[in-house]
Amino acid sequence: MKYMESDQVLKKMNRRILYNNLFKGVFFLATTVGIIVLAILLIQVFTEGIGYINVNFLSGRLSTDPDHAGIMGAILGTLWLMAVVIPITMLLGVCTAIYNELYAKQGKAQSVIQTNIANLAGVPSIVYGILGMTIFVRTLGLGSVVLAGGLTMSLLVLPIVIVSSQEAIRAVPQHLSEASFGLGATKWQTVKNIILPAALPGILTGTILALSRAIGETAPLVVLGIPALLIPFPGGLFDRFTVLPMQIYYWTLDASLVDEYANLASATIIVLLFMLFLLNSTAIIIRNKFQKRY
Amino acid sequence: MSINSHTNTQDTVRVKTLIEESKDSRKLLMLGEKTIPKVLFVVAFLSLLTTVGIVLVLVTETIEFFERVSVIEFFTGTVLRPLSQNPEFGVLPLINGTIISSLIAMLVAGPIGIMTAVFLSEYASDRTRRVLKPMLELLAGIPTIVYGFFAFTFVTPLLRQFIPELGATNILSPGLVMGIMIIPMIASLSEDAMSAVPNAMREGALALGATKLEVTFKVIIPAALSGIIASFVLGISRAIGETMIVTIASGSSKNFTLDVTESMQTMTAYVVEVAAGDAPAGSTIYYSLYAVAMTLFLFTLVMNILARYVSRRFREEY
Repeated sequence: MKYMESDQVLKKMNRRILYNNLFKGVFFLATTVGIIVLAILLIQVFTEGIGYINVNFLSGRLSTDPDHAGIMGAILGTLWLMAVVIPITMLLGVCTAIYNELYAKQGKAQSVIQTNIANLAGVPSIVYGILGMTIFVRTLGLGSVVLAGGLTMSLLVLPIVIVSSQEAIRAVPQHLSEASFGLGATKWQTVKNIILPAALPGILTGTILALSRAIGETAPLVVLGIPALLIPFPGGLFDRFTVLPMQIYYWTLDASLVDEYANLASATIIVLLFMLFLLNSTAIIIRNKFQKRY
Repeated sequence: MSINSHTNTQDTVRVKTLIEESKDSRKLLMLGEKTIPKVLFVVAFLSLLTTVGIVLVLVTETIEFFERVSVIEFFTGTVLRPLSQNPEFGVLPLINGTIISSLIAMLVAGPIGIMTAVFLSEYASDRTRRVLKPMLELLAGIPTIVYGFFAFTFVTPLLRQFIPELGATNILSPGLVMGIMIIPMIASLSEDAMSAVPNAMREGALALGATKLEVTFKVIIPAALSGIIASFVLGISRAIGETMIVTIASGSSKNFTLDVTESMQTMTAYVVEVAAGDAPAGSTIYYSLYAVAMTLFLFTLVMNILARYVSRRFREEY
C-alpha cells in the first residue's frame, strides 16, 4: 500500500513554491507603484517648471503677467508663518508633553487629555481653517494676517509636536533621572537639567516635521481668505500675506485661462519642495548628530 | 585655646547663616516645584480648549443654520443649490461625492498599501527595506496641493485618452491620486502591525513546511488583522478629510450621481468654495458652511474612534 504519491506531492510542492515566488513579485510591484508615481510626479513638475526659475521669478512681486510674475512675497509669507508657528508650537507642545509624561497622575483626566490629542490629530485641516476663520479672523477681528494664519497652523500641527515630544521624553532612560534625584535635585531641576536636554534632539526633529506639514498646508489658509493677488510684501505679524501653496493653488485654478500659469505653478512647487527638502534634511542631521544612545 | 574657640563661634555663625541662606533658596525652589506643575497643567489644558473651541464654533453656527433650514431637508435633500434664487440645501450630493472619492481612493490604497506592507515586513531584506521605506516616507511628505496639481494637469489628461467621456473636472482622477497619497499611511501602519507578530509564530509555521506566502495569509494577516483594519479606517478618515486634491481636480458641480466620470463636490470642497467665495456673514450660505463642516467633523471623528476601538478590542495578544 502506498501512503504517498511522490509525483503528486512534488507537483503540489512545486506549485506552492511557484505561487510564493509569483506573489513575491506581485508584492514587490505593488511596493513600487507609489514610488513610480512619485517619480512621474517629480519629473513632470521639474520639466514644466525648472525653466521658469530665475532670479526675477524668485525675487519679483506677483503679477498677472506670467513673464513678470515673482514669488518673493509668497516665500516671505511662508517664512513669516514659520516664525509664528515655531515658538508657539514648541512652547505649548513641549509644556504639554512634559505635563503628560512627567507630572500628570495616571487616571481619568490623563486619559481624557491623551484621547483628546489623538482625536485632534485626526481632525481634517479644513476644520481648523474654520476655527481660525471664526475665532482669529472674525471674532478677534485680526483679519487674514500673518498672526491669524500662524495661530491657525499652530493649532493644526500642535498634536504632532505633542506626540513626538512625549515620545522623545519617554525615550530618556529612567536611570538618568534617578541619578539626578539621588544627588538631591528636585523634580523640576531634573526635568530642566537632565530630561529636557536629553530629549531635545527628538523634540526638535518632531517640531521640524510638524513645521514641514504647516508650510505645505493649503486648505486652512483658503478658508482664512488669503487673497489671490497681493502686491506688497508682508513685513510684520499684522500684515496680510500669501504663502507658496496658496500661490500654487491660484495658478493651478487659472491654468486653463493662461497656459503658462501651469508652468509657474510647477516652478513654485519646485521652490516649495526645495524648502521641505531643506527642513527634512535638517531634521535628519539633528537626529543623527545629537541623538545619544544610552 | 582662646583663638580656637573664637574661630569656632565664628564658624558656627557662618554655618548658621549658610543654613539660613540654603533654607531661603530651598523655599524658593519649593515654590517653583509647586507652581510649575500648575502652569504646565494650564498649558496642557489648552489642547483640550482647542477641541472645545472647534465643537463650540461648529455647534452654535450649525444650530443657527438649522433655524433657517430644517434638519430633515438638510440630511435628505438631494439637491444643493445655495446660490440660486430659491436656494436648496440638501447635503446628500456632498456626502455622495465624499463617499465615492474615498471609495476610489481606498480601492487603490487598500490593496496596494497592504501588499506593500507584506513585502516590507515579510519578504524584503533589511537592505531593500532601508532603501524603500524612506522613498515611501517621501511620498507621504508631498503637500496635498502638489497632488492636486498633479491630478488636474497630468492624471486627468492622461485618463481622457482612455476614457473620452471623462470631464476636465471629474471625481475619478482626484480619487485615484488620493489613493496614491494614502498608500504610505496604510503601508506603514499595517507593517507596524505585521512586524508586531512574534517571530516564533512565523518560525513555527515555516518549520511545518509552509511557504512564506502561506505564512503571510494564514498566520501573519490573521494575527495582525486588528491593526490592518485600523489602518484602513484611518485611511478612509484621511480621504474624507482631504481637501485640496478634490477641490482642484473635481470642480464644484453638485451632482448627485454615481458616474465617476462626472464632476462632483465633496464636503471639504464645498467648505472651500463657500469660504473662498466671501459669503457675507449671517447669510444662510455662510451658516451652511458650518453645517457641512459639522457633518464632516462627525464623519472623521466616528472613523477615528472606530479605528481605536478596533485596534484595542480585537487585538490578539501574544
